[in-house]
Amino acid sequence: MCQTCGCGDPELVPVELHEKILAENDRTARHNREHFVGAGVLAVNVMGSPGSGKTALLEATARAAAAAKKAWRLGAVSADLATDHDARRLAAAGIPSRSITTGQACHLDAELVHRALHDVPWRETDVFFIENVGNLVCPAIYDLGQAANVAVLSVTEGEDKPLKYPVMFQAVDLVVVTKCDLVPHLDVDLAKLQDALARVMPAPRAIELSAKTGKGVDAWIAWLEEQRAPFVGAEGGHAHAHGHGHGHGHGHGHG
Amino acid sequence: MHEYSLIQALIARVGDEARRRSATRVHAIRVSLGALSGVEPDLFTSAWELARAGTTCAEAELRLERIEAVWSCPRCKKVFAPGDVLRCADCREPAALNDGADALTLDQLELEVP
Repeated sequence: MCQTCGCGDPELVPVELHEKILAENDRTARHNREHFVGAGVLAVNVMGSPGSGKTALLEATARAAAAAKKAWRLGAVSADLATDHDARRLAAAGIPSRSITTGQACHLDAELVHRALHDVPWRETDVFFIENVGNLVCPAIYDLGQAANVAVLSVTEGEDKPLKYPVMFQAVDLVVVTKCDLVPHLDVDLAKLQDALARVMPAPRAIELSAKTGKGVDAWIAWLEEQRAPFVGAEGGHAHAHGHGHGHGHGHGHG
Repeated sequence: MHEYSLIQALIARVGDEARRRSATRVHAIRVSLGALSGVEPDLFTSAWELARAGTTCAEAELRLERIEAVWSCPRCKKVFAPGDVLRCADCREPAALNDGADALTLDQLELEVP
């Protein structure tokens, strides 16, 4: 009640909060991250437009890792609005995977990933891919608990995409430029693409690749190996720490 | 179009805070939106108009504080023009972003308390 003049009006009280609107998502993402790190699993969030070649990149990864005699165990969850086609393609390529059907949602959030993890043997993997919904806008702002963010950009999309979607490109650790086997048939100029990246990423890093011919896949495998370095050897201590299994409900107080 | 889900999270959070403080009405809320927050202010505002009906925020005013993105050299402090290559030509340092450029925060509420 207003105490100043006794008018009976309610009092306006300012409350300072200064908290992230995505705080709830960030908490769940931290929880996911603790699990991944504790189990020595490199989690990679793969983003990009529909049809940019995200699934093809992962298929090529499985082939190349096998050819290079990497002892990596791969796994994936694959987000899709309406089908499980991508997850089936990944499974056929030897990557145990599960689809996350997002319905109308245009992006993955940490809770969707957390729930999906209950149904995939992610703990028995070394590199775990989170294939996001095909979209260059929304996925960029949702932390999922990944160790690294990758944007897949195909040469058919045009050199100026980084300038048009700066939030996405600024958020990623690596850009994989896909379908490079098509370059001779297109008007695309890869130097212009690199220049566009340098205008939205302070430390741009890009790999030009063709999942079809295998060009550049070795550089991608080397990048994954580099990201894995902090996780190698981390597995020894985790078996005990995660003995509680994952049967607990949601909304528990981790993080 | 993730603005709608952000607004839903925002309204739920404001509702919790209002109940916790036994407020009778939410008068206003202030939100900071950075230019690199990934949020389109117009879509955010229209999602707000749609979602707040029938909630504790039904009569609340949404005050958006927009924060520009400014890149500068962490060493010589030179400010980059929009569209510049984000590496300092003199120091060779990668550019750094100002605080708040990616802000997406609920800063303040004004509650009516009986």
